[in-house]
Amino acid sequence: MTGEGAVPAVELRSVTRRFGAVIALDGISFAVGGGEFFGMLGPSGSGKTTCLRMIAGFDVPSTGEVLIAGRSVGDLPPYERDAHTVFQDYALFPHMSVADNVAFPLMIAKVPQAQRHARAEETLERVKLAGFGKRKPSELSGGQRQRVALARALIDQPSVLLLDEPLGALDLKLREDMQRELKELQRSLGITFIFVTHDQGEALGMSDRVAVFNQGRIEQLGTPDDIYDRPASEFVATFVGSANVIDGALIGAAPQRFALRPERVRLVAPGVAQLVPGIKLSGMLRDAQHLGADTRFSLALDGGQAFHATLRHGDEEEIAARGRLGQAIVAVFDRGDLKPLAS
Amino acid sequence: MTAKATAATGSLRRIATFSYSRPGFVLLLLLLPPMLWLGVIYLGSLFALFAQSFFHIDEFSGVIVREVGLSTYEELFTPANMDILLRSMTMAAFVTVAAAFVSVPLALYIALYAGPRLKAVLYAAVLLPLWSSYLVRVYAWKLILAKEGIVSWAAGSVGAQGAIDWALNLPVVGGPSLSTSYIGTFVVFLYIWLPYAILPVHAALERVPRTLLDAAADLGARPGAAFRHVIVPLIVPGIAAGSIFTFSLTLGDYIIPGIIGPPPLFIGQAVLAHQGAAGNLPLAAAFSVAPLAILAVYLFVARRLGAFDAL
Repeated sequence: MTGEGAVPAVELRSVTRRFGAVIALDGISFAVGGGEFFGMLGPSGSGKTTCLRMIAGFDVPSTGEVLIAGRSVGDLPPYERDAHTVFQDYALFPHMSVADNVAFPLMIAKVPQAQRHARAEETLERVKLAGFGKRKPSELSGGQRQRVALARALIDQPSVLLLDEPLGALDLKLREDMQRELKELQRSLGITFIFVTHDQGEALGMSDRVAVFNQGRIEQLGTPDDIYDRPASEFVATFVGSANVIDGALIGAAPQRFALRPERVRLVAPGVAQLVPGIKLSGMLRDAQHLGADTRFSLALDGGQAFHATLRHGDEEEIAARGRLGQAIVAVFDRGDLKPLAS
Repeated sequence: MTAKATAATGSLRRIATFSYSRPGFVLLLLLLPPMLWLGVIYLGSLFALFAQSFFHIDEFSGVIVREVGLSTYEELFTPANMDILLRSMTMAAFVTVAAAFVSVPLALYIALYAGPRLKAVLYAAVLLPLWSSYLVRVYAWKLILAKEGIVSWAAGSVGAQGAIDWALNLPVVGGPSLSTSYIGTFVVFLYIWLPYAILPVHAALERVPRTLLDAAADLGARPGAAFRHVIVPLIVPGIAAGSIFTFSLTLGDYIIPGIIGPPPLFIGQAVLAHQGAAGNLPLAAAFSVAPLAILAVYLFVARRLGAFDAL
């Protein structure tokens, strides 16, 4: 995170981007500290990719300013910015070997061939692809191509690395391994990583801080804990993880809305509800959805509102709840788990 | 009515079922007409041509002697005929190189920079000449390049007559006027075959993913370096395909050199002359085999140089 007085690695100052009548970015400001792992999370069309393209130099703000290392980059072309991108489709050069792909920035910088190959091999080792230099990109798997793209973007040690949906095209298992590896790589290199994703798990799992984008604005910017435990808006609460949005009137509180995580809810039979402390809402148990480690229960509250509760698969309470499908049930939760939302 | 329709559907269905389980039968059915065409008419005539070139003509009677031998080829390699071959090859080489230099920037602009509207207009502009008669366009060029034609009038009115005079005074390629010099022949060849050079290069460029260009810029390559290291290697097959068109079309053409340029013959004209009044069909055949051989060598060299590696 940015130390006192330190110059941010990347900063956007009230950046707006219009495409004709469409406003893709609406007055965005944020600063990313040197060596920070910064995530930009949002649904498609929320402006996060436009932001990334502006930092890379593929797009310019309609108004506002982009700064890299404290210097306004204005309409500086991509090839003059100290930032490299790992593209979503990897964008490896199909006519070059893996080693030549990785050494591309060095070839452009006219580094002698022998030196360039040595450094390519070193960088390939770093991403666990030692010995793959002679192959063509078409002979690699998706995960391997991703590593080549990573090596190519890291070989000349840029101060900022931009990643566009870096794990989007990988299968689940690989994605989880790669998350951990990216995080380790970032820590050991100390380079600022800025990445874009629509996957909340990725954003929370890798980032030091996350900016949640919606409709061209940043809804909330904070640590993963901030975002998950103290969502600033209904959008953040429901987009990052799932949440029940509860009207204050329903639980006899002020006219305020609250977010409640389904995993903070317990389900008990109406007969024993008075024995359990906490706020209670009664309703009908409609459906149970198997999610692997958890089961997600759908309820219709007495007022007709939909409500969700997530219980750990195999727990006593979960087994009991599954036995009550189609019957009356009571949802119980602590007042402390209600997160007030800005209206 | 309904019963009939059902019957028709029934027999159609039987045919469909029969052919679905026998893909080889369907393939045979589909390929039979083109195979007959290619095998009998196309390759057959080509073989007849090839065979004809090994016969020779009796010098006294003018009758074709149907004996296999190389005497016709000996005649082909006499200095006068070699002149024709060399002249055609040199012209084809110049036209091919020039077409590549003109088509790449044009295709680059159409594929990467022009907006959708301008792209459609330019694309039509490239194709439009192909919709009108080739002969009409060549004769139009005769007027454009004539001594008192559009080019010399335009050059005269901007005071550039000296440049044209200088070009016409050059040895070999010069002449009394643009329309009777090799410069004129070259210009018209280049104009006529240009679409065949642009289209494959353009197609190759359209297949280059835009993110590759973004990646090149992102990794430090200025536009010139990105062009050299990323674009050119990826469109070489397109350039090679275009060059095969321009080279072979120039090599075999007999109309343009007959209308524009000095009297000496090109291969196509020689073929025309020998199979017509002269009645020397074997020599005409040998002249026709020459471009085939030249192109075979050309393709072999292009492949050796890796022109098709990125295909």
